[in-house]
Formats: sequence, structure tokens, C-alpha cells
Amino acid sequence: METVKENRGAATSANTTEKKLKITGAEAIIHCLLHEDVDLLYGYPGGAIMPVYDELYKFQDKLTHILTRHEQGATHAAQGYARVSGRVGVAMATSGPGATNLVTGLADAQIDSTPMVCITGQVPRHLLGSDAFQETDIIGISTPVTKWNYQITRASEIPEIMAKAFYIAKSGRPGPVLIDITKNAQFEEMDFSYEKCTGVRSYMPSTKPDQAALKAAAELINSAKKPYIVWGQGIILGEAEEELKALIEKAGIPAAWTIMGESAIPTDHPLNVGMVGMHGNYGPNVLTNECDLLLAIGMRFDDRVTGRLEDYATQAKVIHFEIDPAEVNKNVKADVAVLGNAKETLAELLPLVDANSHESWHQEFKAKDKIEYDTVIKNDIHPTKEGLTMGEVIEEINIASKSNAVIVTDVGQHQMIACRYAKFAQTKSNITSGGLGTMGFALPAAIGAKMGAMDREVVAIIGDGGYQMTIQELGVIHQHQVPVKIVVLNNDHLGMVRQWQELFFDKRYASTVMVNPDFVKIAEGYHIEAKRVTERKDLKATVQKMMASDKPYFLEVKVEKEDNVFPMIPSGAAVSEIRLK
Amino acid sequence: MEKKWFTISVYSENNVGLLNRISGIFLKRHINIESLNVSKSEIDGVSKFTIVVHTTLKWVQNIVGQVEKQIEVIKAFYHTDDETIYQESALFKVASNLLFDERQIQNIIKESNSQIVTVSREFFVLAKSGRRFEIDEMYEQLKPFGIMQFVRSGRISVTKDEMPITALLQEFQH
Ligand SMILES: Cc1ncc(C[n+]2csc(CCOP(=O)(O)OP(=O)(O)O)c2C)c(N)n1
Ligand SMILES: [Mg+2]
Repeated sequence: METVKENRGAATSANTTEKKLKITGAEAIIHCLLHEDVDLLYGYPGGAIMPVYDELYKFQDKLTHILTRHEQGATHAAQGYARVSGRVGVAMATSGPGATNLVTGLADAQIDSTPMVCITGQVPRHLLGSDAFQETDIIGISTPVTKWNYQITRASEIPEIMAKAFYIAKSGRPGPVLIDITKNAQFEEMDFSYEKCTGVRSYMPSTKPDQAALKAAAELINSAKKPYIVWGQGIILGEAEEELKALIEKAGIPAAWTIMGESAIPTDHPLNVGMVGMHGNYGPNVLTNECDLLLAIGMRFDDRVTGRLEDYATQAKVIHFEIDPAEVNKNVKADVAVLGNAKETLAELLPLVDANSHESWHQEFKAKDKIEYDTVIKNDIHPTKEGLTMGEVIEEINIASKSNAVIVTDVGQHQMIACRYAKFAQTKSNITSGGLGTMGFALPAAIGAKMGAMDREVVAIIGDGGYQMTIQELGVIHQHQVPVKIVVLNNDHLGMVRQWQELFFDKRYASTVMVNPDFVKIAEGYHIEAKRVTERKDLKATVQKMMASDKPYFLEVKVEKEDNVFPMIPSGAAVSEIRLK
Repeated sequence: MEKKWFTISVYSENNVGLLNRISGIFLKRHINIESLNVSKSEIDGVSKFTIVVHTTLKWVQNIVGQVEKQIEVIKAFYHTDDETIYQESALFKVASNLLFDERQIQNIIKESNSQIVTVSREFFVLAKSGRRFEIDEMYEQLKPFGIMQFVRSGRISVTKDEMPITALLQEFQH
């Protein structure tokens, strides 16, 4: 590292203000990242960001850059990293096509509240607006899909804006931030000093819990006969898992989760009653319309959760615990709204609630569970028919991982099956694209997840369709020997769309049949150990072998081509109209 | 729910990208911005957007929530017409000969309470501030004589009640 100027070490050591140094904007960006404790980022180089890549080369002992094979992969990897670790994920790209390739990941992070900072290069300031080579208005393009964005055109702006970017991405309801940096600002020299951002006057990330609201909430809870909790990702983002557990245990409230909230409470916790929503569990959906009090905690009443809104929990009083004021009364009117971080609000609520058990109310969930088990679950995870089911594959992974794996899913039938049947003992373990439903998410997200939790087993569950949207990221897995387990549940169809065609379009399978390549050979082409299972007798042993491996591993399971996911709330139906078949 | 006129007042940092961010919120919801005015506010360094929409209470609440969520927005409020004092301004450019040839024009100027901003050999310009219907009325009256150019501003308004914005900013100083 003889190219490193002596003063560099000094610039990265202190945490707040420090003595000023003259460095280039490009180098300043690196120091900003180091000050924000970033040691890993994903990206792809190109003309307008080359000065920063040159500095990344010099700082490679402090900052690892992973070259994904597509900028979309960089964003999803950063998301996967952020979701397992709770830290801010960082992705970098050049201007023009590099920047536009980030858009899907930004939109995904925006709707799923994932903290991410994206840095893009931009043409030099004097060329802005001239339609220069690879100039694109990424600020304009990314505005609706970022929590905040900003274009830096002078090197002197870098420290303050970068500090603000990290603060905004992580605080309050997290989200993606994009910082576009013109090339002249990367070359310019500047005096560097760094101060972490602790507040922005026009932005109030979270308010202190309102005591009157807490008291009103407690009164409703204490007088309810059939209280019911639906929690979302707010529990995970707010790290309020213990507080939630304490509440449900003390007040004896059955609690269900949205897909984004999964794993916050262990699957086998007796008060964890399962998943709500379109392919959620039977009891949790039906009983939403029978409870007398609905506590919505860190969730936003997405339409995939509520079904027909006019018939959603209309009989119940609603308490909404929420960090984002704009979510309150957006879809479902709250009788009491408790604004704030769930960790704080639930902690303050706990002493106000009475101990209870609600035994007979629990029995109603148990009775519904039995119906669902007999009509759906049993056949999904212990099938008697010949063809392999997605459910039995998930069950084998549960067994082999002892429910301790991080499960990263793509989008489609396999996602719903995995979220329904995967078992979790630890939080931050279900990584999926919930709000945007981004096919192609899982493979890069799994890479990020593994790098964010090296001590944990990471299993990606992907459909044959979505796999081919970001399959090139196998290159990263090979190059860096990222020991993720890739399971492709191959039904030779865009299964979820085919299911809708079967149910709602008279089986007109328009463009949902896929003629697939030899996935095993492709993995082997990347020097990844690979196996295909086509028969039940080989499943258990192969899954065990995969889980025992400490290297990357690819497993294709040929599953039944035309299986459907049930239960299902058809779109436009009420949660209580959920179909079991 | 019944549609009504609402005036949305947005206090914000002065930032280039913010207008784009705010207009995107309306665009996404297919809610037409009936008028928009951006100016400085009563607080140093704080800008004020005044946006008029015709929509339901539910949508205006939704929008104000989304607007307020934007990082550079300090606070956003919405008000109905009877909660605000509001005005628009208009300019009429009319051919100068009319001023001398048509007696009626002089009456219109007098009765409409408008001001002559400038008179040249070819044209004169009338300025009128007031409610929308007053400006429309004047427009209709002048139209038969020929209006060379017409422009009307967005609504500007102040509320009858206090806007609790100064206190909010002070809170931040501590
Ligand atoms: C990028 C993107 N394009 C299209 C869709 C629509 N879509 C949702 S699920 C699905 C089928 C996914 O097929 P596959 O990956 O094979 O998973 P399966 O449903 O068969 O398990 C499609 C096309 C989407 N969610 N994302
Ligand atoms: Mg498929």
C-alpha cells in the first residue's frame, strides 16, 4: 500500500471532527464510508465513477468491493446485507445505464423500508444538461423510489451530504438514499473533516410515545375479549422482538405476522399463530374478521394483507403502532394510533396491560389450524402423490438446518410456500421481496445476506423463472466462494402466474410455460457443486448433504409442474372469504 | 366522500429537487394540482408552497401525510376555503385604442377595482386581485372587446388560525 498517502490513516481513525486534510472528492467518499463503518459494498464501475474506483483500489484492505454482474444485483445484495445485519447496505454504479440499473433495487428497498445508500457517478458539472455520453437524470428518475436523493457537484459538499445520506437511510422508517456525484467533484481537492449527522431540522424520524395514546391502547387491550395482534417488519427494523414477545405473553394475545414480519418471533412460539394475507394461514385470516380488537404493530395494511378493505376487520377496534405518521389512517382507520418506534412504544405499553390468557379464543385458532392442516398442509409437506412438492423441500431444509437458516426467497409460488412452511428460531431470517415482488431478488440478496451474517447458514429458495433474471450473480458466488445454498424449485413454469391463469383465466397459459436450460450444468460452469433431485427418495439425503457443505452449493428440485398454493384470498375478496382449495 | 376545495400549505427547505418530489405525490394519485405557488414564507430561509386541489378529505389527508414525509418538508397543512383568506391575481393586456373608443371599458376598470399597471401607444395592462369568480367576471366583461393576453396566478392564502410552524422550528433549535 505504498500509494497511500500518510495522512489517510489519520482521516479514518477519529469518529467526529478532526484535523483538516486536502484530499480529492473521490478519496473523501471512501473516508465517509469508513466513518460510517462501511467495510463492504457492491457495485459496478464505469467512466463517471472511475475516480472512486481508483480510490477503492487503494483502500482495499479497509473496504471490500464486490463486483456484481449487474447493477441490479448490487442493490439486492446490499438489501440482503442490510436486512440480515440491520446495517446500511451500500451499492455503487456509474452514470447512465449503471444508474438506471439500480432503479428496481431502489424501488424494492423503498417499499420494503430497507436502509441502503446508492452512490452513482455523473457526468462533470459543466456537461450537465448537455445530453453528454452516459448522462441520465438519475435524480429525476429515482425521486419517487428514494427516501431522499441529492446530486453533489462540488467536492466540498461530500462529507455533509454523505453523513446525511446514512442518517436518513437508517433512521425513522428506513429507506434507500441515492447520492449522485459529478465527476468533477470526484477529482476536485477539498478539506476533509467528518461529522456524523445527528439530525435534520425538517425531518423528525420518530416521536416520543404519547402517554394518552398508550393509556387508551391499554384500556382497549384490557377490556378486549378477543384481542389479536398482526405485526409487520416494524418489529424487526425497530429491534422490538423482545418487547413484542413480552406483550403477547403477558396479555395472552395470539399474534400473526405479515410476510415482512416473519421470524421476529420463533415459529414454534405457542402464541405465534402464523401468517396473514393472500396465501397466509386460514385461522389468522378468517379470525381477523372475528376479533374484537386488532393491534397492528409496525405493519401498513398492504392490500395483499387486507383483501377487500371494506370488509377488513370492520367489527374490531383498531390500534395502530406505527413509526410513519403517513401510514396512520391511510388504509385502515385506527381508533387509537400510537406513533413511535415499536421498541419504545411496546416497552412503555407493557406495564399498562393486565395479564390474561384468552384460552377459548386461542382454541378458535387451533380449530382453524386443524382444518388447514387436514385440507392443505398435510398434502403440501407430507405428500402421498408421486410428484415432489415445494412444501416437502422446505420441510427437509427445516430439518437439516434445525430452523436456524436465513431463508432468502424470490417471488412466486415457491416464495409463498417457503414463507408458509419455513421454520425460524431467530429473527432477521426471512429475506424476501414483499412489497415490490421483485423476481430476481433472491440470488443476489442471498449473497448479501451471507456476507452480512457469515456465521449463519443462508439458503436461497428460487423459482426457475426468477432465477434466470439474475442468474449471472453465480459469478460472484464463484469468484468470492460465497458459501450460500441455492435451491431452485423447478416447475418449468412461471408458476404463480400459471396458477392465476388456471383459476381465473380458464387455463389459458399465456407465456407461462418455460423451456429451461440444464441448471446443473450452468452451476457447474461456474464451478459450483450442483445436484438435481427428481425423486422423493433422493431428497432428504441431498438436502442434508447440501446443508453439511461449507461451500457454495446448487440444488435443483424438479417439482410437480401444476401445483397450486392454497389457502388463497382471491384478489378483491375479503380475508374471511379465503379459499382452502 | 364529497369533493371539496383544499389549500395545502407546505413549509420547506429551499431545495431544487423538492418541487419534483412533491408534484410526484399528486401525479401518482391522479390528483390534479389546480394551482401552485412557491414563495418565501414568514420564516427566514423557509419556502412555502401553496397548492390548491379539488378532492376528498381522505385524499387530502393522504397527500399531506406523504408530502410531510419528504425529508426537506418541515410541515404541511391543509385547510378548507372558509378557514383561509385567499386571493389570486390576474393581468389583462388590452389594445390601447379601446380605452379611448369604448366608454364601457372605463366602467369595467372602475367597477372591478382593478389597476392600470401601464399604458403604451399599443396596449395597456390591467391588474386585478381577488377571488376567482371576480377575476372570471372581469374576464367575461372584457372578452367582447378583445383581450390580447391574459394570465392568472395560483392562489395565495393565509390561514385565519395560527400555523404552528414557528414553535416547531424553535423546538429543533433546542
Ligand atoms: C420482475 C418481475 N416480473 C414479473 C413478475 C410477475 N410474476 C410474479 S410471480 C411470477 C412467476 C414466477 O415464476 P418462478 O420464478 O418460476 O416461480 P414459481 O411461481 O414457479 O415458483 C411472475 C412472472 C414479477 N413478480 N417480477
Ligand atoms: Mg417456476
